[in-house]
Amino acid sequence: MLACVATFALLGVDSREVTVEVDVRRGLPAFTLVGLPDAAVREARERVRAALLNSSLEFPLQRLTANLAPASMRKAGPSFDLALAVAVLAASGQVPAEAVTGSAVCGELSLSGALRPFRGALATALGAREAGYRRLIVPVENAGEAALAHGLDVLAVPSLDRLVDVLHGRWQPEPARPHSTRPDRHMHGPDLADVRGQADAKRAVEIAAAGGHNLLMVGPPGAGKTMVARRLPGVMPPPSFEEALEITRIHGVAGVGDGRLAAERPFRAPHHTTSPQGLVGGGSHPRPGEITLAHRGVLFLDEVAEFSRPALEALRQPLEDGFAEITRGQRSLTFPARAMLVAACNPCPCARPAGDCRCNDVDRLRYGRRLSGPLLDRIDLVCQAAAPPAAELVDQCAHATERSATIRERVVAARERQRHRLAGSEALCNADMDGRLTRRHGALGDEAAARLLGSVEQGGLTGRGHDRVLRLARTIADLAGRERIAAEHLEEALGYRLAAPVGLAA
Amino acid sequence: MTATASSACAACLRRGYLVGQLAARIAGLLDSPHARLTGVLALPDEELVAAVGGKDRGDALAFLERFDAASARQELEQAGVGAVCRHDCGYPSQLEQLDDAPAVLFVKGAGDLGPLAGREPCVALVGARRASPYGLEVTHELGRGLAAAGLTVVSGLALGIDAEAHRGCLDAGGLPLAVLGCGPDIPYPRTNRRLYDRVCERGLVIAELPPGQRPFRWSFPARNRIMAALAQMTVVVEAAEPSGSLITSDFATQLGRSVGAVPGQVTSSVARGTNRLLKDGAVFVTSPEDVLDELYGAETQNRPAEPRRNPLVSLGDPVQRLLLEAVEGGLGVDGICAHAGLPVQEVRAGLSRLEAAGHVRRDPLGMYRRAAGSPQG
Repeated sequence: MLACVATFALLGVDSREVTVEVDVRRGLPAFTLVGLPDAAVREARERVRAALLNSSLEFPLQRLTANLAPASMRKAGPSFDLALAVAVLAASGQVPAEAVTGSAVCGELSLSGALRPFRGALATALGAREAGYRRLIVPVENAGEAALAHGLDVLAVPSLDRLVDVLHGRWQPEPARPHSTRPDRHMHGPDLADVRGQADAKRAVEIAAAGGHNLLMVGPPGAGKTMVARRLPGVMPPPSFEEALEITRIHGVAGVGDGRLAAERPFRAPHHTTSPQGLVGGGSHPRPGEITLAHRGVLFLDEVAEFSRPALEALRQPLEDGFAEITRGQRSLTFPARAMLVAACNPCPCARPAGDCRCNDVDRLRYGRRLSGPLLDRIDLVCQAAAPPAAELVDQCAHATERSATIRERVVAARERQRHRLAGSEALCNADMDGRLTRRHGALGDEAAARLLGSVEQGGLTGRGHDRVLRLARTIADLAGRERIAAEHLEEALGYRLAAPVGLAA
Repeated sequence: MTATASSACAACLRRGYLVGQLAARIAGLLDSPHARLTGVLALPDEELVAAVGGKDRGDALAFLERFDAASARQELEQAGVGAVCRHDCGYPSQLEQLDDAPAVLFVKGAGDLGPLAGREPCVALVGARRASPYGLEVTHELGRGLAAAGLTVVSGLALGIDAEAHRGCLDAGGLPLAVLGCGPDIPYPRTNRRLYDRVCERGLVIAELPPGQRPFRWSFPARNRIMAALAQMTVVVEAAEPSGSLITSDFATQLGRSVGAVPGQVTSSVARGTNRLLKDGAVFVTSPEDVLDELYGAETQNRPAEPRRNPLVSLGDPVQRLLLEAVEGGLGVDGICAHAGLPVQEVRAGLSRLEAAGHVRRDPLGMYRRAAGSPQG
């Protein structure tokens, strides 16, 4: 007898439908699994056998052939266990075959028959909804995440025997509800008000968040660059529901999320020894890299000069396009990668304060070269992060520094202006504007125009730098709530621009 | 005379190539830290061969015998290198003061040796390779100011101070003059090859060694004696002790030229040499004017005027003055905010205005510092 059960396999951050077909024939007892399974999938036979027997069900002593269709796709991981078990039960007549039509089944089995969670529940649920399934059966632990996909009944089942009850109609569990988001997000997450000093970096962070600009922070070790960067998601506009779903889905696939709907944008700070594959994704079964995990959030590269050249080079395309394309063997996968880049480095290779610096021309040249090239091309703002003076650190009385929430209000308003202005174009924020859009929306006041002309004539500004300064000035004007860019906005933008890369001024 | 025509006479040309031929032998003889060049390069051809030739003596004598000036000229032309010998009217006569003046100078570039031969004022700007940002800043301003005043700025194309001197000179549209310790067609050090190209485009590269010759340890002090002899005044910006820059200033002193030095921090190792020079009576140099004062006298009418930057920002503005003061104190942007008591937006905008007016400069990583030579507030 033949039975088919639908399940889903992860492919990048999406899921693809996989049909588990089990055929039970008379013959010498055997269990064959075909359809390009990897080792973990092949081991599913043993888990299924033990789980069935331990759940007081029968494992048919006949010739079993299981096929995972489409057979051309490589299957990995243990999430096919449950579908395989259900297919065996249906093929051997232990559950009614029609009970599983219209349902997708996903989960890992323990030998006892209990269900274990799997990675990527939300991606699976979204795939199932898209494929037209009404019902998704998952382990209890995954139910909250899977239920975030509206319009799909998610059944949370603790064990194989309870699942048999469901299929026989003996037990009707309530459709699972999504985990509630963290109750008060303002109580969580670090706040910019906790950071002493750092006026320049805070302002830069505000501008960067408002326009989606990539940022470089320059400062000695211990000045608080990481501390400021970590607070950037808190001043960016909170993610919309769709964005939150994307974030949660990616984190679910990578196994870093807690299954709740993301309330804040992600912050990822990979170490500088991270490989190119670690940054943009890869592996024989490609997994998302750091830039994908930072999708809709912030990718923070501390000590950016220490990252390997290939790693930084690999980031170039994703930063440009907003997605990372990974090709392995015959497959090519696309990971979303729309993250804001925040890089940090020391003022010079020795990283000592200005007075004690012992770096010479050559050292600085070499350091600058490591920085220049692929990444600096993408940086719109450079700010300084200086260690606050001791008096300010020790000062106990709370300074009237702004809270992240206050800054966020301004950022949201600025983003709203941009959204309004850029409606109908590809760009979502000022940083996305191409040369044409920049010129169209970078309307300068007379004084500002004269000022910009002066900078270009002085030779301090190239064509590319000109556009970048205009975009930045646009954002600063948006923060100020002005439609026309005034001289002071332009001047501030000029102050944050990146000077010519080190060592190129011969 | 254009740089690519070889007007050198056959004997001098032969001498120039002989030095190239024996360069490695001279290296063996001189490359101990205490050996000085004295005398060796002053020897006539045969004696030079006898003194340093060693086991290559036979080869060297055969080379002298067989030397063909015509084919050497052709070779030079192909390399785009000119040669000027001491019998030539284009040869800078101030070099004759050296006991061991090079018989021939190999030159490359679009510039002209003429002004030098005509005793146009020329200043050597030399200093440490491991220069501090302060040193570079001052050098740039000296190079720019002196070139703008119409002086020829000569330096050695080395990293640090030397390169910055050329850059400053190029900035002002002056004609840079680089004296190399290798063949004139070799951009050494390689890091400065773009600068080398720019110097060739606008000015002149001079060398004692023939084209294709790599530098030797002895050829740098040898180059320094040429710089010192070419220049009416040698200004050392930063120098450790001992250092090549001090060798240059020693040569200048021996030749009776003036030596200037830029004061540095007493705690800085690259200021030790210059501060010592000042203690020994070198001219105190803080700006291009100090050099002009030394060369022309303070009150002379015929001294060239040094063009000033046009200050766009009136420093009468107290805020600008405050910002400039803070930048001078080496403060970062945060520090400047605290010092001026202004929000960061205004500080950044104000600094941009100061930058546009040329009062402050920013390094590639965004740190501000006071531009040397900007009008005193």
